[in-house]
Amino acid sequence: MEKFTRLEQTAIPLDIENVDTDQIIPARFLKATDREGFGENLFRDWRYDKNDKPIADFVLNNPNFAGPILVAGNNFGCGSSREHAAWALTDYGFKVVISSFFADIFKGNALNNGLLPIQVNDSQLQTIFKAINENPSCEFIIDLVGQYIEVPSIGLHIDFEINSYKKTCLINGYDDIDYLINNKHKIEEFERKRNA
Amino acid sequence: MGETLFDKVWDSHVVDQLEDGPDILYIDKHLIHEVTSPQAFSALNDKDIPVFRPQQIVATVDHNVPTLNQHLPIKDELSRNQVAKLRKNCEEHDIELYGLGHPYQGIVHVIGPELGITQPGMTMVCGDSHTSTHGAFGSIAFGIGTSQVAQVFASQCLLVSKPKSMRITVDGELKNGVHPKDVILYIIARLGTDSGTGYFVEYAGKVFENMSMEGRMTVCNMSIEMGARGGMIAPDQTTYDYIEGREFAPSQAEWQQKIKNWKSLPSDPNASFDKEYCFDAAEISPMITYGTNPGMGIGIQEQIPSSQNESFQKSLDYMGFNQGDTLNNLPINYVFIGSCTNSRIEDFRVASAYVKGKKKAENVNALIVPGSQQVAKQIQDEGLGIIFEEAGFLIRQPGCSACLAMNDDKIPAGEYCVSTSNRNFEGRQGPGARTILASPLTAVAAAIEGKIVDITQL
Ligand code: SF4
Repeated sequence: MEKFTRLEQTAIPLDIENVDTDQIIPARFLKATDREGFGENLFRDWRYDKNDKPIADFVLNNPNFAGPILVAGNNFGCGSSREHAAWALTDYGFKVVISSFFADIFKGNALNNGLLPIQVNDSQLQTIFKAINENPSCEFIIDLVGQYIEVPSIGLHIDFEINSYKKTCLINGYDDIDYLINNKHKIEEFERKRNA
Repeated sequence: MGETLFDKVWDSHVVDQLEDGPDILYIDKHLIHEVTSPQAFSALNDKDIPVFRPQQIVATVDHNVPTLNQHLPIKDELSRNQVAKLRKNCEEHDIELYGLGHPYQGIVHVIGPELGITQPGMTMVCGDSHTSTHGAFGSIAFGIGTSQVAQVFASQCLLVSKPKSMRITVDGELKNGVHPKDVILYIIARLGTDSGTGYFVEYAGKVFENMSMEGRMTVCNMSIEMGARGGMIAPDQTTYDYIEGREFAPSQAEWQQKIKNWKSLPSDPNASFDKEYCFDAAEISPMITYGTNPGMGIGIQEQIPSSQNESFQKSLDYMGFNQGDTLNNLPINYVFIGSCTNSRIEDFRVASAYVKGKKKAENVNALIVPGSQQVAKQIQDEGLGIIFEEAGFLIRQPGCSACLAMNDDKIPAGEYCVSTSNRNFEGRQGPGARTILASPLTAVAAAIEGKIVDITQL
């Protein structure tokens, strides 16, 4: 997993609520057996029309907006457990998603793929949308070590929460799997006791 | 203080606790399918890690398989590849696979219970959000991502923080024609699609106590649609009767001991929950959805509510509805009866009892997709197949089918489909398709009438 500590870049506003994983990556694109290439079909049916022509008013097709930070409406990532949603976002180039609420499984999947989900409150989210819409090139500072977001151009500072174990994993690029394997003796001990 | 059903099962599976972090949770059963497992096997192979407990894993193919001519090679190259990959991975890692052609093949959440693999007090996971279905037996069952599938392969454990607990009680008597699907659609419509996030739900009260196992599975299945990781119902005599005698049910020698353990699982009377909701069964009518998330549901006679919210309006535009519309009498051309929510034998018994002696409307395409080979066989053995065929319904072979339209079973753009599945997301049943979620009874009634009708008014 890639390490994450800090970035200073611009953001893309996706002002839609309840963005479900079927929108992030429709099921018909889940037939691949590796992790690469899903970015191409990220938000496929919002990005392209029936004839595969880009839909101009979808935000990813809007040349004014760019950057590795996606800002999305409430309850982002609801629906299926498909990790392909996280892979599609990272493959496209996103490193951070900001929303006022994330679905559980999506949040876990994001964290397991070095994609940082940051939860802010509703009014903070609206402030962020407004800042990007008024000035698409405004820079965001995302600092995982210090656990804050800053938008210097409007003087915004938001502290965010993250589970300390998950934070350590992201900063060091660790996988849960390494941790579990190092604890195999405990797992075997648990099995022995249960079967006794 | 007393413990909840959820506490009892969770706490007995904690191997270790990290300070300020997640628990190491032991997983009893791991179900896998072709779509969310290949990358997990690759992760293992890349790191040269063996599968730790292959005998605790069961594999099947369901998501992308065709529902016609399953004896022939799969035409779609990518799907064929995915299915072949699962076979190869299972062979290499010594995992039991119920592939195409096997009498136990079917939708992963249908076969687990039907084979007696799912039992009270277990922890179960699958790379699929509707794993919550298995909670109907009083097990902790939840969906996981592919990275976590790899973790369970490697260690039979997961690193997870314990969710909070919620109890939803529905007391009273359900009206005639109101089905378990209506109950859960009603709950989600009342509470919203993000109300359960961070929680594990226990369903309690008379309505669930009186419900069949199939009905309980329908309810627990859709827990994820309100954001909850899972839902549970306390095991009781109905549960034991369902399990007894099934293929992988505990043997005679073990049975009494198991029952004794299972009887200790229900929440203690003085247990407390982080959140509680109560509803009155008499308030629930046959439900239908009008939008693009499962929380956008109303009674069939009711009007679509009004809202200033842009996402709400976007959703109605997609569906071609207006605020204030009722869906009663809306003409529809497609009906889909299937999916892990409603493709068990009981669903088809209810549906066929209504269909018997009637004909589907001319304009309607009505698809029946059994949840498993065993259900398909039962449909024929019990004579339900003839009833459906005489009425003009098409019966297919088992799989997820039009629930997520990964195979050829797609609903054309712009068409309404009354569907017994669990998700009405944009494009879920095919690009541009408009899904209306309902109970199997409401769905067959729509197929017969060619329009949406309130079964309680017929
Ligand atoms: S039937 Fe639908 S919801 Fe159920 S497992 Fe298959 S795709 Fe998922």
